[in-house]
Formats: sequence, structure tokens, C-alpha cells
Amino acid sequence: MSEPANTICVENFYKFVSEGKLMGAKCNKCGALHLPPKPICANCFSTDLKWVPMSPRGKLVTYTVIHVAPKQFEAMVPYPVGIVKLDDGPQLLGRIRDIEPEELKIGMKLSVDFEKPSTAQTQWPTWPRYYFKPT
Amino acid sequence: MGDHTVMNGKPLASIISVGMSKFGKRDGVCARELFTEAAIEAFESCPILNPKKDVKALFVGQMGESFEHQGHTGPTVLDWVGLLPIPAMRTESACSSSAVAIRAGIFAVMSGLYDVVMVGGVEKMTHRTTPEVTEYLAMACDYPFEQWQGVTFPGLFAMVATAHMHKYGTTEKQMALVAVKNHHNGAMNPKAHMQKEITLEQALSSRVVAWPLKLYDCSLITDGASCMILTKPELAKKFTDTPVHIIGSGQASDTIGLYEREVLTSLAAGRLAGEEAFKMAGITPSDVDVAEVHDCFTIAEIVAYEDLGFCKPGEGGRLVEEGATNIDGKVAVNTSGGLKAKGHPVGATGVAQACEVYLQLTEQAGRRQVKSAEIGLTHNIGGLGATGVVNVYKRG
Repeated sequence: MSEPANTICVENFYKFVSEGKLMGAKCNKCGALHLPPKPICANCFSTDLKWVPMSPRGKLVTYTVIHVAPKQFEAMVPYPVGIVKLDDGPQLLGRIRDIEPEELKIGMKLSVDFEKPSTAQTQWPTWPRYYFKPT
Repeated sequence: MGDHTVMNGKPLASIISVGMSKFGKRDGVCARELFTEAAIEAFESCPILNPKKDVKALFVGQMGESFEHQGHTGPTVLDWVGLLPIPAMRTESACSSSAVAIRAGIFAVMSGLYDVVMVGGVEKMTHRTTPEVTEYLAMACDYPFEQWQGVTFPGLFAMVATAHMHKYGTTEKQMALVAVKNHHNGAMNPKAHMQKEITLEQALSSRVVAWPLKLYDCSLITDGASCMILTKPELAKKFTDTPVHIIGSGQASDTIGLYEREVLTSLAAGRLAGEEAFKMAGITPSDVDVAEVHDCFTIAEIVAYEDLGFCKPGEGGRLVEEGATNIDGKVAVNTSGGLKAKGHPVGATGVAQACEVYLQLTEQAGRRQVKSAEIGLTHNIGGLGATGVVNVYKRG
């Protein structure tokens, strides 16, 4: 039996991703926005949180270009991976697509997009992936 | 910080003996046999110790059961060293697994429950293919938001390097100099995996693993084990004339995912662990003569200098460039060769760092001996800094 859709958990975050939605966990008590979703608000210790849509836009804070990759990513090397600070505050890590590695710059604007969910399951340990692309 | 951190340098526990297996590609032996090799050296180095009678518990660090398809490492290695039926416990915190075992050992003797305990660590890695080892080590970082998204363990440290270069102007050359220094030191360590010098050009021209990190920025996949015997400070002289006292110990935690952190140029758990250990020991960073720090990647050593207060934030690259962390420098760092050249059998690393500090503080470090070293330090990081452990040592 799966968890109800409003449960704050990793599984549900990725269910939203499979629907092309970027969702964060907002604390109903103090208003803090959390990504990754965690069942307790680390800011005020409340357990009263709800899913809210997040802006897919943000800025690149750091990056690397992977040359030696795990098996399932080997065909893509070299590929860039970055950490993006979203406009709503939280940060997210993912691959950066549609850009040459030498064009990457810290501070550049990127936005979240979603892979087609056709092949991936929405169950641990495989989910559809999100990624970043130039805005 | 703990509730009772101010000890003003009063010893918490004392090391009376250490042992290490040869580090390297050790075909034909498994983890339990490597651990036995380290234990035999620790026993033989302390003839007054009667292991069967004196040792009352074992704490052993090991990161992964995937390597040998073997869990339940505590009783397994205990049996192999002939010490059944005393309690044995495995500690796991990724690459800092045995630094946490040292803390468990400190707690055990400070509690008064045991007078003498054995602490160690072990990992057998090289029989696995590089992609397998890469996959197992990646388990030390977040699965759903990092590994699943295609980043590797070197890739995460590479992102720390990119951020450090952007914020402070740290260069690839400065990172390569960490590798050159540690290989120089490792060439003088008969237990090291890689006992050869490398040139700056070799380091800079090695193939890219995760830009900006290249092959020579990465530590080694190594087999090895480490071991030490800990006792209450008041009993130390019963076993040896040259004990080494642990006078400060700190540990802190951070998010499992690097991506959650505001500051990407420092590993807060290492910094906080250091602050706690310094406070407990009643010393300042400038009092440290010799330090083994967590150089899983060259950038990690530069970050460690800054987090431990050997220099200001952003000045770590210059510190290595000036030679301040050479064996004859202001603070000798990674005299053993570090994880970079001595090797990084992940579970064994924390105690292996303590073994080197013990050898330095008892004048047994041979050609790599730091002159009249009195105060030593170990800095061990688990994963991407989700765990940080720092211990401070003093010549007994």
C-alpha cells in the first residue's frame, strides 16, 4: 500500500516529478519551505507541513563535469552536474542539459525540466528524473 | 558541542600501542586477515599487554558489507584475532567509520566499564572493479537526490572545488601541490600503498575524473587495516613508557546531501568537530605540530586547513603553496602520505590516521619524523562531510 498523496516523503516528491511538477514541503506553522521534503520542520519542529508548487527557476551555485560515471550514466560522459539555488530558496542537484560544459558559469540562470516518465518507475530506487537547462 | 567539553587538556584515554597492515593491493587476503595483521603488530609492540587477559572489548570501523558480501564484522575479526568471547561492535560512518570507533573506545574507558579496549578499522576493496567501488562508495552520499541524479562521489567534491575556486581563486595547481606533497611523504612510509614521488606536471596532466578534479586529485582504492589499544590514562604507564594521550575529541554532523548546504566551500561538521576538540584539549590550532587530515580529494585537504584554523578561509591553497604544511613546515600535514598516497581503505582510515600521529609523537616515524612533535591532530570526514571527527593527541 502506498502512502497518501499528501504525506511528506521522497516517494511523493518523485510522483510529482513524474507528473512534471516541482513541489516542496511548506511548514504551516512558520512558513519555511523545505526541499528535500522532511516530515519535521527543522526550523520550528512542527510536523504540520503541506506540499506547495515551487518556481522551477534558479541560479547555478556550483558545478562539475563528470568524466568517470556510474554504469547507467556511462553513455553520457562527459556531462555536467550542478547545484541550483531555486528562486524560492531551497537548492537542488541535477544534470544540466542543452549546454556545452565550457558555457557553464556560476550565477547563470537555469530552470528545472522533467524527463519523460515513460520508462522509469515511481518507486524506490528508480524514479523519473528532473534536470536543469538554460532559461 | 557536548555538555561537558571543557577538560583543559586532561587526558580522556591513552594509546599504548598501534598496528597497521601493509596498505595496498592485497590480493589473496580478506578483511579479517588484514585486521589480524594489524592486531598482531599492536600486540607485539606492547609485550606487557596480555591480550587474552587485558583487552575487554573491541570497536571496529568498516564502511561496507558490499565489498566482501560480509556483514557482522565485529565478532568476525574478533574471532580471527583470538579474542572470543569479549564484546565486539562495528561502527559505520562511511569514510570516518573508525574515527567513530575511537570515540566509542574513549567512551568505553571513560565510563569506567572497561580498563583496556581495542579499536580498529578495516576495508578490503581492490578485488572489486572500479565501477563497483565507485558505486559502493557513493552510498556515503544521498541516494534519492544525488546518486540517482547522476553525480558521483568525486563529482560532489569537484563541486566543492569549483565553489572554492570561484569564491577564493584557488587553483588547480594548488590542489595538485597537495598531491605532490602527500606522495613525497608517502614515499617515506613503508606501509603506504603508493611509495613514489609524483611531479606537478604529472598531477596536472592526469586524466579528468570530475572536472576540476583529475586522477591525481583522488585518493586511492586500497586494502588495509589499522588497530590500537586504548586504556585509562592512569593505567597507561603500566603498559608502556611512551603512551600518547587523547586530550580532545569532537564530532559533528551535517546534511547527507551536499546540495542542501548554503556554504559549499567548507565542511561544517569537520570545523565544528575541530572547535570542540580544541576547546576540550585547551589548545589552539597553532599549537598543533603534526596533523593527519582527510585528503580523500586534494580540495578536501585545502578545506581542512581552513576548517581547522591552520589558516583563514580562502587561504588554504596558498598555505600548501608556501610549504607551510610540509614535514618541516609550520604544521606538518599528512606525513603518512595521507589518503592520497598511503591509501584509503575507508573503514581503516580513521584509526590509521591515529597510528601515524602515535608514531610521530613517540619518535617512530623514521625518515618522515617531525622534529620534537608534542601535539598531534586527526581530522576524519565521513562522506561529503555529513560526519566530521577530530581528535587531539599529546605525547605522554
